[in-house]
Amino acid sequence: MAKRVGIEVSLAVAEAAKLANVDVVSAYPITPQTHIVEHLAELVANGELDAQYIPVESEHSAMSACLGASAAGARTFTATAGQGLELMHEVLYVASSMRLPVIMAVANRALSAPLSVWGDHSDVMAVRDTGWIQLFVENGQEAVDNVLCAFRIGEDPRVLLPVMIHLDGFHLSHMIEPVVFPEQSQVDKFIPPYQYPMPLHPDRPVTMGAFAPPIIYSETKKAQQVNLEAAKEVILQCWDEFGKTFHRYYSPVECYRSEDAKVLLLTMGSFSETAATAIDKLRTEGKSVGLVKLRLWRPFPFEEIRQAVKNASVLIVLDRALSFGGPGGPVCSEVRSALYGEDRKPKVIGFVGGLGGRDITPAGFEEIVNRGIEISQKGSDKEFEIYGVRE
Amino acid sequence: MTKPAGMLTWKDLEIGSVVTEPGNASQYQTGGWRSERPIFDSSKCIKCGICYIFCPEGCIGQDAEGYFQADLFYCKGCGICARECWAKAITIVPEEE
Repeated sequence: MAKRVGIEVSLAVAEAAKLANVDVVSAYPITPQTHIVEHLAELVANGELDAQYIPVESEHSAMSACLGASAAGARTFTATAGQGLELMHEVLYVASSMRLPVIMAVANRALSAPLSVWGDHSDVMAVRDTGWIQLFVENGQEAVDNVLCAFRIGEDPRVLLPVMIHLDGFHLSHMIEPVVFPEQSQVDKFIPPYQYPMPLHPDRPVTMGAFAPPIIYSETKKAQQVNLEAAKEVILQCWDEFGKTFHRYYSPVECYRSEDAKVLLLTMGSFSETAATAIDKLRTEGKSVGLVKLRLWRPFPFEEIRQAVKNASVLIVLDRALSFGGPGGPVCSEVRSALYGEDRKPKVIGFVGGLGGRDITPAGFEEIVNRGIEISQKGSDKEFEIYGVRE
Repeated sequence: MTKPAGMLTWKDLEIGSVVTEPGNASQYQTGGWRSERPIFDSSKCIKCGICYIFCPEGCIGQDAEGYFQADLFYCKGCGICARECWAKAITIVPEEE
């Protein structure tokens, strides 16, 4: 029988990696992710998890060690956050380009300066184009489920790509939540053994990440793009299979009371639960509002987004990151771009908020929705607004 | 790789552009980088092999009579052989000559 326990979400993520029976963990601690790798270190030290734990001197080295392990055919896991993710930056491209399915939990954190250990999506957006599959989770259960799914998706022979599971730093990583852990036997069945087709082996020498002159580089990038786009089909199959096995269902874009709504709010990550509370309140007041939650960030679910919002007249997007000097938040920018060519599309209104751990309460989401409706009617001379900032 | 790099489409590439054929770097024509090339004068050559030792590309070898010559498929025209040659048997000339 699957167990339902109260557990800190960071620890639950580590337990999920244990259930997936990882072979190698290489990591460097950083707030608010530390508890994940700390717990994995404990599990290995206690003999509860038969894995190599490689402590390193930086995140750059952590990701590099993960690449080597994955290339040798090991099931590989790591976790990081904020500045740590930035220090990994260049190596992230190497993981995806070499098609190495490293699985990484990211406890999303704001970037310096000024120093902030608290959560937002600045770190995610800075690594948007690194070629990783990226998905957001809302609560502890989703985090555990999607860490398990990440191994199955990333290691699928049709995919072979690294996967980031984004969970909000502190707002989610440090919560103690009820989580149902599947049985080991169920997980073993759900995640087949990892078999990299061309692992590093002295008997079958291969060169990975060799140089590519101009005559071939474009072809390598086209192959990578096609591969990441095609991964979506496998992601959908995995979530479908997960649902059939564990009775919890996931999809790239998830809707809450949105079917007939004239005004939609779009969020990512753990703030979606708070936003849903606000939607309930606004509905009781008779307002025609609904919520759209973007789970799959890369590959971007163009069709699902278009379908989810096509009947609305206003779409309010909340970003938790700022594209300085740009058109507003990165999510809003991409959603707007995805809808630009559509005949039927809502007016897209962008907000940036929840930066550096700033809360947005249910009342705050009500304010955002009401202000968004106001802007949609009266217009605004700004590309976007920062919610809750003191003027 | 069965085809030269310039003939490969994106569909021909191995997963992650992995190179599966050991030593296929030898198919890469580094001679294409050259703007100058060495001319070996066998009447001055004393067959000492200093050019062979210094060539950073490892592209200098002996012909049937034991005289040294550069393989222009790989020679990048760096000129180190000409500078090191004790007998001054090697001259560097621009490619267009």
